[in-house]
Amino acid sequence: MNAYNKPLPYLDPESRPFWEGAKAHKLLLVQCRSCKTHRFPPTTFCAKCSSGDYDWVEAKGTGKIFSWIVVRHPVPKEVYAAEVPYIVALVALDEGVRMTSNIIDCKPEDVTADMRVSVTFRDVTPEITLPAFKPVKG
Amino acid sequence: MAWALKDKYAIAGIGWTDFSKNSGRTVRSLASEACLKAVADAGLKVSDIDGFVSFNFNDSVPAMAVATEIGVPQAMYAVDFLSGGNAANLITLTATAAIEAGLAKNVLCYRAMNGRSGFRLGGGRDMAAHGITQWTAPFGWITYPQAMAMWCRRHMIEYGTTAEQLGEIAVQFRKNAGLNERAMQRAPITMDDYMNSRMIVEPFRMLDICLETDGACAVLITSKDRAKDMKQKPVYITGGAYGGGPNQGEDWFDAVRWPDHSHNYAKYIAKDLWESSGLTPKDIDVAQIYDCFTYSILMQLEGLGFCKEGEGGSFIEGGRIALDGELPLNTAGGLLSEGYIHGLNHVIEATQQLRGQAGARQIKDAEVCLTTAGAMTCGSAMILRN
Repeated sequence: MNAYNKPLPYLDPESRPFWEGAKAHKLLLVQCRSCKTHRFPPTTFCAKCSSGDYDWVEAKGTGKIFSWIVVRHPVPKEVYAAEVPYIVALVALDEGVRMTSNIIDCKPEDVTADMRVSVTFRDVTPEITLPAFKPVKG
Repeated sequence: MAWALKDKYAIAGIGWTDFSKNSGRTVRSLASEACLKAVADAGLKVSDIDGFVSFNFNDSVPAMAVATEIGVPQAMYAVDFLSGGNAANLITLTATAAIEAGLAKNVLCYRAMNGRSGFRLGGGRDMAAHGITQWTAPFGWITYPQAMAMWCRRHMIEYGTTAEQLGEIAVQFRKNAGLNERAMQRAPITMDDYMNSRMIVEPFRMLDICLETDGACAVLITSKDRAKDMKQKPVYITGGAYGGGPNQGEDWFDAVRWPDHSHNYAKYIAKDLWESSGLTPKDIDVAQIYDCFTYSILMQLEGLGFCKEGEGGSFIEGGRIALDGELPLNTAGGLLSEGYIHGLNHVIEATQQLRGQAGARQIKDAEVCLTTAGAMTCGSAMILRN
C-alpha cells in the first residue's frame, strides 16, 4: 500500500474550520459579519471594511473556471509522475471569491474558460479531504 | 508619489561571475567575486565601499558576509531584502535613497545564487503546505512555471494571444544570446524548435521558461559627482519605480486574489516610472525586460504603455524587438537565454549598452535604456541614460 506523498495542508487557527468542513464534505467560506462580503483564503480581517467579525458559511459549491493549467511535467517527479497530466484551475465561485482546485472527470482538452463546475470531495487521507471540481453536465 | 532623484545617482561599476549550471562554489564566494569586479570596474578600492543592498529567497548570504569576505573596513548600510526578482531594480533605487539620506556613499548592489546546483526556484516548494501554501500546493500547484502558466492562460482567454507569439520572443532572445559571451544558451533556435519543445505545463513549453543559473551580478551605485571622477562613463538613473496593485498576495506565488492575470505590476508603476523621468515609451532606445517566462514580456510592454492592453502579442511580431528593430529587447539574451541571476543581469546589460561596451550586440547610439524586474504582482523598473 502506498502512503499518500503529496503536499497536505497544515491546519492553522484560521484554516482549521475550512479543512474540518471539507472533511464533512462541505465547502466553507468566511463571510464578514459587518459587510457580508465573502473572502477566501480565510483571514482575520475584512479587506473591504476592516471588521474582524466573521462567520463560516457554506458555499453553494458552484462556479466557473477563471483560468487553468495542464501539468504535463511532474515536479517533484517521484510525487507526480503517476498523476500527469492533471488540471489545476482557479475557480471563480458564485459567492465572488476564487479558489485553487483540481478539475476532475474532464479531459484536459475539454476544459474551457467560464466552464461551469461544481464541487466534489476527495478523501485523500483519514484526516484530510481536498475539494475538487467537475464539469456541470448539460 | 514618484521617485524624486532623477539623474542624481549613477551606476559606476558592474561585475559578474561566470554563469553556469554547477559553480562548485559557495554563494558567498560568487557574490564577493562579482562585487570585487564591480569595484575594480569603477576604479575604486574596497575601502571606498560603505554600503550593500542585496535580495534573496533564503538562498544567498547577507550583505555583511560579503563585506566581511572582501574586507570592507566599515559597512555602514548593509541591508538584505527577502524578495524575488521584483527587487532587482528595487535594490538599486534603495541605494540611491540611502546615499541621499547620508547613510552611505558608494553602495554595492548584488544578487548571488546557485540557482541550478543549489536551491532551485523552478523546482518544488516546501512540500509541507503551511500558511498560504496550503491553498495551492495540495492541488499540485507548486512551481513558478505552473504559477505563471496560469497567468498566461488569462491573456490567451482575454486577447487570443498565441503560442507562436510567445515563440517569437524565445527565438529572438536566443539570437541575441548568440552574440553574448556570457550567455548560457547560445545555439540558435527556430520557431519549429520552439513549437516542438516539450510541453511542461500548458500553455508553457520548455522554451517559455528561463534558465536556472549559478552565478552573481553586482552593480556599484554612487552620486553623479563622484561617478564623474571614476573610471567608467557614468550611467545615470533617470527614472525609477517600485510597487504593485491591490491584492499582491501573501507571498510571491499567491496571486489568487489578484484582479486579473492578463496584466501584472507594470500597469501599476507605469505612471510613477514615467513621471519620475519625464520621459515616455517613445524615448526608450533599448529595453531589458524581466523574462522569467516569455509571457511576462507581454504584460510589461502593455502595462508600461508601449502598446495597448492585449496588444503585446502583435506588438512583438515582425521583428520590432530585434536588435535592428524599433524596440530592441533583452539584447544579451535575457533570463531566457543568457541566464537567470534573478533580473540583476539585465542591469549589467543595460549599463554595457549605454557605455557602448556591448560588442557585436551593441545598439547604435543607445542613450536611454529601460530595465524592469518582476513578473507578477509587484515589481520594479529603472530608466537609465548615458
